[in-house]
Amino acid sequence: MTNVSIMTFNILSILPILILSGFGMIVLLVDVLSSRRLGEKNLLAYISLIGIILAAIFARSPAGTTLFSFNESFAIDNYSLFFNFIFLLSTGLTILISHSYIKREEINHGEYYALILFSTIGMMLMAAGADLLNIFIGLEVMSISIYILTGFKRSKLISNEASLKYFLLGAFATGFLLYGISLVYGSTGAINLKQIASFIASKGGISDPVLLMGMGLIIIGLGFKVASVPFHAWVPDVYEGAPTAITAFMSVGPKAAGFAAFLRILITAFGSAHDEWQKIIYILAILTMTTGNVIAIAQTNIKRMLAYSSIAHAGYLLIALVSANDMGVSGTLFYMLAYTFMNIGAFAIVIVLSRKGDEFIQINDYAGLGFKHPLLALAMTLFMFSMAGVPPTAGFVGKFYIFSAAIKSGYIGLAVIGVINSVISVYYYLRITVIMYMKEPTREFAPLTISPLIVAAIAISVIGTLHLGIFPSKVMEIAQQATLMLK
Amino acid sequence: MLAYLFYIVAAITVTTAVYLIFEKNPVFGALYLIQTMVSLAVLYILLEAQFVAAVQIIVYAGAIMVLFLFVIMLLNLDIGEETKNALPYQRIPAILMGIALFTIICIVIRSKLLQGKQDQYTTAFVQGVGNTKLIGNLLFTEYLLPFEITSILLFVAAIGAIMLAKRKL
Amino acid sequence: MIHYLPILILFIVAVGFAVTNIGLSAILGRRKPTAEKLSPYECGINPVGSARERFSVKFYLIAMLFVIFDIEVVFLYPWAVAFKSLSLFGFIEMLIFLGILLICYFYIWKRGGLEWD
Repeated sequence: MTNVSIMTFNILSILPILILSGFGMIVLLVDVLSSRRLGEKNLLAYISLIGIILAAIFARSPAGTTLFSFNESFAIDNYSLFFNFIFLLSTGLTILISHSYIKREEINHGEYYALILFSTIGMMLMAAGADLLNIFIGLEVMSISIYILTGFKRSKLISNEASLKYFLLGAFATGFLLYGISLVYGSTGAINLKQIASFIASKGGISDPVLLMGMGLIIIGLGFKVASVPFHAWVPDVYEGAPTAITAFMSVGPKAAGFAAFLRILITAFGSAHDEWQKIIYILAILTMTTGNVIAIAQTNIKRMLAYSSIAHAGYLLIALVSANDMGVSGTLFYMLAYTFMNIGAFAIVIVLSRKGDEFIQINDYAGLGFKHPLLALAMTLFMFSMAGVPPTAGFVGKFYIFSAAIKSGYIGLAVIGVINSVISVYYYLRITVIMYMKEPTREFAPLTISPLIVAAIAISVIGTLHLGIFPSKVMEIAQQATLMLK
Repeated sequence: MLAYLFYIVAAITVTTAVYLIFEKNPVFGALYLIQTMVSLAVLYILLEAQFVAAVQIIVYAGAIMVLFLFVIMLLNLDIGEETKNALPYQRIPAILMGIALFTIICIVIRSKLLQGKQDQYTTAFVQGVGNTKLIGNLLFTEYLLPFEITSILLFVAAIGAIMLAKRKL
Repeated sequence: MIHYLPILILFIVAVGFAVTNIGLSAILGRRKPTAEKLSPYECGINPVGSARERFSVKFYLIAMLFVIFDIEVVFLYPWAVAFKSLSLFGFIEMLIFLGILLICYFYIWKRGGLEWD
């Protein structure tokens, strides 16, 4: 008879996850039990929003300090709390912009909201996971939800194709990640990040080729999730085929979750092997930035352009990962928050302008928008300026922190390449502004059907982008506290 | 004795896997895959991992293979239908890379670089408690959180099956 | 490995039984094949069309749902074996796990996933 110690765990530490899973199931049950199927759908969006707000309220450490729960495998520290906030914000904004969109596209099923909530659970687990098993399960919950959401326009071939492509490549990438995890476990005997770190420290670095290969495979798996070059081939097709609101969601949430896991694994577990992985990430960062920005110039479809721009932003975030100092980590957190505001805002405007059956997503379709709908054009201009990194927007401050982190760690060349890339990106971001204000409209703008929820989403994004750009210090302070716990 | 058993079963696994790749009839291919799965289960037993072996039979050789056969029936593939090689330029690099990877793995295994860690779970210890029981004890205490999240994962998978495969919603 | 001896014996007996019977019928049986005898049996009438019918995708949905609940059952084995040492704590844990999947089952049922439409 072996004695089994009932482990101590703090149920409060996973309260946001419990709330979200509970609300996800409630949404599904309300959906299947309500007979008046169309009338109840507004209710589902509100239930989901309540769930997100409740989760945000309880997303804090029960003891007020860092807490490792579930046998040291689940970390409630400022780092995971900051990421939780980003996830909940992106989920909330996504639901706000989805509400009218999924009605128009006739994909208004309760599963839509439930899957978004469930994928948020996965993200939270990835950010808080202090062992590889939790990170892996979180990644799976998140990815599978998003594969399904990508194919949610069941009658559209392009959506089915996107879902299948994403699923096949994603399953392959998951295989790489899992193989990497098993090799790391095989050579260190641990899946807990701290135990892996202490094993590597006790051996004085990585000399075991199997451990090295495991680390490399983990980098490939997570590199796919954050859409870094050369693991980016899925991005444009999937972003184009997915429902636009889901494109907005997956360019923010899963990317943030991928970086959350990336930073925690590489810095906590493989921190003493910094020299080994820094070279790989260095090359990945340069490739990702340059490829994303250069190919984005040639795009005529705004969803594909934003897809390549999303690849480019992953490249900037990889710079922060290479520098691997406190400033890089807090820069990542800040940048991810800024990116959430500006990217979801841009997609919200794409959604407002699109109509059923006519997605209205060619860049030239935006000609003359500045005269017809000046407020929308102004908001779009702001988001484009922010993504290009023009002051006084959030994007500028984020880039500033990330490049400073690179310089602080001595990667001046990398920072210079990043700045050059930002300059390249100005071309295609500002082109949209130029088209909106300088060109005559090529077609009639349909009367817009604007729901109050999407207006709220755009307003929140505008305020967030401006606030982070003009008064960044308060948020940066919080982000800086978040990094202290990491090492 | 056990070493010989390992070599025999390993040879069967590799042979059936190779047959699977070169088999033209998809149904026969699926049968070879079942044999590969079962041989893997035997290899797991040789590694004292009885529970994993049982799961391998129940889930992979059983449930997943039923799905495979359904897909074959669904697509109604004909026997020996020559498909055009869509990636002709990848064949030679793929073979070369495969050989390179195989060589590297062999070199690494032969080298003395591998460092492992002797943990508390030795063969004698596992045999004393029993493999399945040990997994139960760990899964439901130490790995409680991932276990419970698995139910959400299965839930999501069920939603996916309904959303993507059901004809009428 | 000695524990597997009964399984090995059973395996040999099963294979031996099958081989013996097929072998005996091959040696002892009389065979006079005609075209009629060699055609596939379809309730006595002449076979119509190919035997390789396309399956409906509906089977696939059922199969996928089966795999999901099959995996659920896999988790029950180690739980059952370790049940005594896990005591009440393990019981509640499994209750939550099964509860969530029961809601999942209810959802599938109400959504019409088990219907043959």
